Amino acid sequence: MTREITSPDYVSTTNACKLCMPLGACLAFKGVEGAAPFLHGSQGCATYMRRYLISHFREPVDIASSSLGENQAIFGGGPNLKKGLVNVINKYGAKVVGIATTCLTETIGDDVPGLVREFLAEAKVETPDGQMPALITVPTPAYGGSHVDGFHAAVLAMVSQLAQPTPAHGGVNLLPGFVSPADLRRLATVTRAYGLRAALAPDYSRTLDAPAMATYEALPAGGVSLNQLRAMGGAKATIELGHCLPGRSAGSWLEMYLNVPLRSLGLPMGVRACDALHQALRELSGRDTPEEIELERGRLIDAMIDGHKYLSGKTAVIYGDEDMVVGVAGWLAELGVRPALCATGGKSGRFPAAIAEVTEGLVRQPARAVDGVDFQQIGEMARQIGPDILVGNSKGYRLARELGVPLVRVGFPIHDRFGGQRLLCLDYQGSQELLDRIINAILAHDQDRHHWGYGYL
Amino acid sequence: MAKVVFEERSDQIFEKGEDRPFRISCDKQSLAGAVSQRACVFCGSRVVLYPIADALHLIHGPVGCAAYTWDIRGALSSGPMLHRHSFSTDLQERDVVFGGEKKLERALRELIARHRPKAAFVYSTCIVGIIGDDMAAVCRKIEAEAGIPVIPVMSEGFKGNKRAGYAAACRAMARLIGQGPTEGISPHSVNLLGDFNLAGETWIIKRYLEQMGVEVVAGVTGDGRVADLMRAHGAALNLVQCSGATMELARMMQRDYGTPFLRVSYLGVDDMAQALYDVADFFGDPLMAARAQELVSRELGALYPQLMELRQDLQGKRAAMYVGGAFKAFSLIKAFRLLGMRVVLAGSQTGTEEDYEELARVSDPGTIIVDDANPLELMNYLLEKDVDVFVGGVKERPIAYKLGIGFCDHNHERKLALEGFEGMLNFAREIHATVMSPVWRFTPRRMALAKEAAA
Ligand code: SF4
Ligand code: SF4
Repeated sequence: MTREITSPDYVSTTNACKLCMPLGACLAFKGVEGAAPFLHGSQGCATYMRRYLISHFREPVDIASSSLGENQAIFGGGPNLKKGLVNVINKYGAKVVGIATTCLTETIGDDVPGLVREFLAEAKVETPDGQMPALITVPTPAYGGSHVDGFHAAVLAMVSQLAQPTPAHGGVNLLPGFVSPADLRRLATVTRAYGLRAALAPDYSRTLDAPAMATYEALPAGGVSLNQLRAMGGAKATIELGHCLPGRSAGSWLEMYLNVPLRSLGLPMGVRACDALHQALRELSGRDTPEEIELERGRLIDAMIDGHKYLSGKTAVIYGDEDMVVGVAGWLAELGVRPALCATGGKSGRFPAAIAEVTEGLVRQPARAVDGVDFQQIGEMARQIGPDILVGNSKGYRLARELGVPLVRVGFPIHDRFGGQRLLCLDYQGSQELLDRIINAILAHDQDRHHWGYGYL
Repeated sequence: MAKVVFEERSDQIFEKGEDRPFRISCDKQSLAGAVSQRACVFCGSRVVLYPIADALHLIHGPVGCAAYTWDIRGALSSGPMLHRHSFSTDLQERDVVFGGEKKLERALRELIARHRPKAAFVYSTCIVGIIGDDMAAVCRKIEAEAGIPVIPVMSEGFKGNKRAGYAAACRAMARLIGQGPTEGISPHSVNLLGDFNLAGETWIIKRYLEQMGVEVVAGVTGDGRVADLMRAHGAALNLVQCSGATMELARMMQRDYGTPFLRVSYLGVDDMAQALYDVADFFGDPLMAARAQELVSRELGALYPQLMELRQDLQGKRAAMYVGGAFKAFSLIKAFRLLGMRVVLAGSQTGTEEDYEELARVSDPGTIIVDDANPLELMNYLLEKDVDVFVGGVKERPIAYKLGIGFCDHNHERKLALEGFEGMLNFAREIHATVMSPVWRFTPRRMALAKEAAA
């Protein structure tokens, strides 16, 4: 039994376990077809976020900026915003521009929706297909939340600003949250297997994991289309993944304003969460689970049996974005691993309850869930626990090294390993792959620890 | 004239060999909507001060600016590693409304008590400039309380570009210099300005200099220490390495302490050797000059055969570069020539008019020189010039790779030493590894080109 730890109430942040809001918004906009993310602010923010996203996805991430300077910071950034829009539309051929604010423009109080209305009224710009571009705006001051909040805010913005009352078309809306391109592809495959047409919003599975091309595509192909977004009101249901969404999520907006029934589910990681997703897909499609998926589920249970002794009784520290941590915690609890600490820099207010929910009935001692913390605090708590394994993004590398335990990388950012954009964690197959990675990390660690070495484990 | 993507940027691009005289406009604000490759003032000061390893680097602002600069650089320290953390006041809405001074004050107290740094640098970000916190006053107060230098770095992102950040960092360092004792410093002593000890490069240069009998007083800022900076005015000479990031500090030290400076580059064989000879010349010590010559010929003797072997494959290939500072580009042009390659595009985020003029002078006809570029422009030039390798940073890498072009990372995130003689060999090997990789054969663009050539 670890003793209850109360970390002091810090004023400063050391090694934050979060990033800022506009980064998440830019990522979400990369999942809309023909969209260019645009930051209304000074140049530095856009460049930093590009750099950060590029190191994870290893793909071009072009984020335009209104590049405000001192004068605009004082007199308002409107003219630069409009000039910047003309440039991305004309030169990048953007059909959609996702405009997110930064701390600077929020603080100087630029009225972005108002400026955009003016722009549309005055503008002489056209997209290649002759249409006026769709301009989506979202306020994302960093002091208003983390990158995950920015992501959800942008999804809400694209849905609420584009979806319209539409005749029923029988498709479903699938709002996946901040997951990897590989996860997005998996979700698309799974829904298709039930014969369901899904609008996946956002879908950056192609734009941020694109094939090699003959040329540099200013706006790579892929993403949820404008038409799909507009027709979301006609879907038979919305499946929204994530336990820690803001109160006003895109799914709840569609339910409230366009009467699309909402199914709220956690990220499908582990048997219970995956079963819940497939239950929903069965109900919505009226079809049974396809045999191939049943087999995947069976193999997963088989792997749990084969691997349980490597895991039972082990303790884990899990950190990162809220929903990812919740998903991993539930899955590890099913495997007999005790999530001794679940930590996040996010602060949706739903995190502790979500951890309690997904580990319910599986752990003897409730998992400790703390939100709004940084790596200084995570380190202090982890040192007292002395876990067997760390599961989280690249940012826990130094802590893992200090503790002398393996780190299994999941989530964002993964920038000290190759293939972060291809990490699959969702559905039976993703759960399986994560299970393999975790057990192998423990085995490798055991192997390294004995000086004589075991060639057979 | 090379194809211009954004008409408004046409005066920031120059193609050598045109009949018009050299003219380039630089130090302009980036064009809105052009997806500039360039960062902000804060970024400039953070880059320069980052390697000072026993100082606290506190970023006063919202969390993003700090989080994006957490442990992303390859600046190594031989001792303390405080620089690799990311400290922020993580301003919240109430701080933005009511001001962040109190929070900054408490944050400094908390962090100084926890880490016992030798000095603290406090960086202002955009938002601090807007809400108008009196950072200088807070720093003075904590400095008196804590008994260590607490130095504000005025680096609001929107108040200029990266260059302005370099200047802010130099002003901040100037506050440390002159505060320490200078007894016992050799008359044959230098400070290394503008080297950041990426992958241990400062240690390479230091070793060369020590072999010549030169004492290095302070790394400014590679493997930097507060105490070394405080006594840096005791050195006989400042060596200012290429990028120009610390030029202003060299000028200040010349003005205030009469310390002369030499501009040097440690990239490539010629410039590295020249730097060592220049130092020996400066001290006018024949023994030192002899040691320098001996060192250079020993190193070259080992290096040349290996370079020539790589050159056999690289001969005639074309290179492009887009780097932070323009000065670095001069050395790279020479380094590529040594490998039998030609540079066809040279650009930078922060060059000055003189930098670009010099660049135009040393480059071959047809070379494109560009200030503050963006992905669309870079793509156009890479294709137009059919480049084999692109030298840049993380943001440039995917542009090259998408086009099926080799890439060499030459910015602050690299983990491979590229300075000095051994660095030249690393560089040549890396260029060779990427240019000669068989993967390009399978890329759609190269496959199409090969088909065309066959037809
Ligand atoms: S807010 Fe300002 S200081 Fe921070 S990254 Fe953006 S431009 Fe730079
Ligand atoms: S925290 Fe704010 S100011 Fe800093 S990078 Fe993010 S948006 Fe820009």
